[in-house]
Amino acid sequence: MAVLSPDQVQPAEYSKAFDAESVGALLKQGVPGAVTSASSAGIVVDSAKITDVLEWLKNSPDLAYDYFNSVTAVDWADKFEVVYHVASTVRGGPPLAIKANLNDKENPVISSASSVYYGALQQEREVYDFFGIKFAGHPNLRRIFMWEGFEGYPLRKSYKEAYYEQERKPFETRWDQGHHIIIEDRVPWHDNVIYPKNFDATQFKQIREIVRVAPIIEQGDSKALKTQPIVVSVGPQHPSTHGVFRMNVTLDGETVMALEPIFGYLHRNHEKIGERNTFYMNIPFTDRLDYLSGMAMETGYVLAVEKMLGIKPPERVEYIRVIMNEFTRIVSHMFGGIGQVYSDLGAFFTPIVIYGLEERELVLDLFESASGSRMMCNYMRFGGVWKDLPEGWLEVAHELAFNRLPRVADEMETYLVKNEIFDIRAKHVGVLPPDLAVSYGVSGPMLRGSGVKYDVRRADPYSIYDRFDFNIPVGTNGDIYDRMWCRIQEIRESIKILQQAIKTIPGGEIQAGKKAYSFKVPKGDVYAHIEAPRGEFGWYVVSDNNTTPYRYHVRAGDFVNLATMEQMCVGHKIGDMVGVLGSVDIIMGSVDR
Amino acid sequence: MKLFPTGTITGMWLVLKRLFRSYPNDIQENMKAGSLFKATSPQVASERASVNQKGLITVEYPEVKLKPPENFRFIPFLIYEPVLDAAGKPIVDAATGKEEIGVERCTACGICAKVCPPQCIWIVRAVGDDGKPKPKAAEFYIDIDVCMNCGMCAEFCPFDAIKMDNDYELAGYERHVNHIYDLPTLMKSTTYYESIKPTDYAAEEAARKAKEEAKAKKPAPAAKQATAAASAAKAATPTMQEPPATE
Repeated sequence: MAVLSPDQVQPAEYSKAFDAESVGALLKQGVPGAVTSASSAGIVVDSAKITDVLEWLKNSPDLAYDYFNSVTAVDWADKFEVVYHVASTVRGGPPLAIKANLNDKENPVISSASSVYYGALQQEREVYDFFGIKFAGHPNLRRIFMWEGFEGYPLRKSYKEAYYEQERKPFETRWDQGHHIIIEDRVPWHDNVIYPKNFDATQFKQIREIVRVAPIIEQGDSKALKTQPIVVSVGPQHPSTHGVFRMNVTLDGETVMALEPIFGYLHRNHEKIGERNTFYMNIPFTDRLDYLSGMAMETGYVLAVEKMLGIKPPERVEYIRVIMNEFTRIVSHMFGGIGQVYSDLGAFFTPIVIYGLEERELVLDLFESASGSRMMCNYMRFGGVWKDLPEGWLEVAHELAFNRLPRVADEMETYLVKNEIFDIRAKHVGVLPPDLAVSYGVSGPMLRGSGVKYDVRRADPYSIYDRFDFNIPVGTNGDIYDRMWCRIQEIRESIKILQQAIKTIPGGEIQAGKKAYSFKVPKGDVYAHIEAPRGEFGWYVVSDNNTTPYRYHVRAGDFVNLATMEQMCVGHKIGDMVGVLGSVDIIMGSVDR
Repeated sequence: MKLFPTGTITGMWLVLKRLFRSYPNDIQENMKAGSLFKATSPQVASERASVNQKGLITVEYPEVKLKPPENFRFIPFLIYEPVLDAAGKPIVDAATGKEEIGVERCTACGICAKVCPPQCIWIVRAVGDDGKPKPKAAEFYIDIDVCMNCGMCAEFCPFDAIKMDNDYELAGYERHVNHIYDLPTLMKSTTYYESIKPTDYAAEEAARKAKEEAKAKKPAPAAKQATAAASAAKAATPTMQEPPATE
């Protein structure tokens, strides 16, 4: 296996990006009669021709929209709007929004995009679960976060959740006659459990059969034992706890035959909460998505709302954001992306986890002294940050970025690259071919480990990432080893960015304009995405000129990445499956949302 | 697989090196405290948990506690200015051990309850004998089980009346009574606030002084009172604020 040295990996060069209007014009010729309108907000297409449109966009050699970012829906008063975001790993540039309207609110049906992009397989299930929109031709259209006996579609505007008080915050009961009531007494729970008609809990059975959703490439060299297949439910409490996550694994002896991830144990409908909250209130909630990289989550959300408001943060703020984001990436990789994989491969609580945690501790101390909290930082603001960096902060950051972290990265590489046991466990295990990775919409170190040079910081630069000199490390085989190697190299690249940013950070303001806690955001929608440690995280925010978002959707990178678990595991032993899960690097806070 | 596992041995060597770096260091630091079996002093502990430390960076909580940074935030509290004696020192109530309440800064304007993301602040505004609302809280509750420690109440309070505490050891056996903080529990004096957040306190006091001086320059004390009352009344019924300035 040829590992590229960091010098060999050059930043990706991208050609000119197309805007939505010009794509719309091309699409009018490519798929006649499909486009209703095309503006900078996206292309509205005929819902009957959605698969033709996506097919054409994917196969068009100039546009090459090969990457499926997200699919979600908006529940308008008179229609459902299904919104697709597609991007190009070849060309880079911002993602393109494709919208299709479904006017039949009683029985909304649209054809599934899963025949074009595998990435739609999992995300369409999410839309079905939350909106009840049926995707014709989807091979496995079942609920994904909610259980199968659940009544109602939570993200429809007509749905009222348990403890529902009011359409939007702030609640009127809090002031000026705010007599406290304990949460359980406020709305008795029994009034909020709604079962489907004729539902009998004693008769309820979880669906267990294997549903093949995409062609599987068998891996590994284990010979089938031809024993009777058994289904093992791994989880929801996993020994090397990534969170409460379960997998139904069908085994032939010790060999994995089929695997289905089961989500929803940590589901709290972040999106519904987000739609009740004002724009400002959402910032601390985003920390709870990927809680190992809270700073990155905040940045993504704040960028989205800043785009809608048209604010540009001051220079110093941009630098602070980059510094915080890169520190986050380093500690997240050290603990989650690298440390946890070792623990999953059987080296539980060995120094690699502890050493990673040690550096994380020091960085979290920095976060704490700047923002007030270690993980739930709540530091980013619209057009600024909460507070300026305290005295002596940059000196400590300088010491970390220039001396300590490079040394630790070297130490970790000594462990990683040269350890024979790890070599055997990680090489050629859990291989994900690049074409499959792109089609599934896999992102982050997993995508780059498969050899696709795609990084949002380069492809669609946000904040001030275009000013820094850094490389995008890519693997060659797409196995556990390459993913880990990519993460180690990414730590080095992040250190490089940190060094540049800490050296050149200017002084000045830390807030553009006046801070306000409640304000109306102009009508419109926006999709902002960032390169978080666990892949591409995107925020799709829709405003109807109000203080709360009309629609708030999070595209979680690790949730999308998990869709490939079966592809990577079939043919391997069950012990390797655990290692593969570790290398996906999941945080249930963002997977289940 | 290689016949001789050089990589594994290199890794083991690294662990051994860390061990030697850590434990002599550990013993040394304990000796500084006087005895091998004594807990590390706070001074040594903060040095130990710094970037320059090469060995172990942990301290033995709860015997040794690191001082949280000034920006640290955990559960809000309300501020009052204590009654001062002739020497300018706060009078301490013998029964409760708390400083006597002079001025309550909270005007029950309700901004904190409105910005609170999980909506855990409950305020009853005081009503005077004439039936008109007074700028004072009659009841004030914070459900600390719901509070997410985001600090937004303190960020937007126009009177510096609500601030974030540094006390993080709040575990208890009961939650329905003990975890609902009411007005007497929430009230803490400026002396305490100064002790946990000296920089913020100094900056706020300086700003207040500057404001008062600017006000004192203007004559006509009657007009001053009127504007103060007007501003209090305005704050008591907060309207929707303007959106941030756009470019």
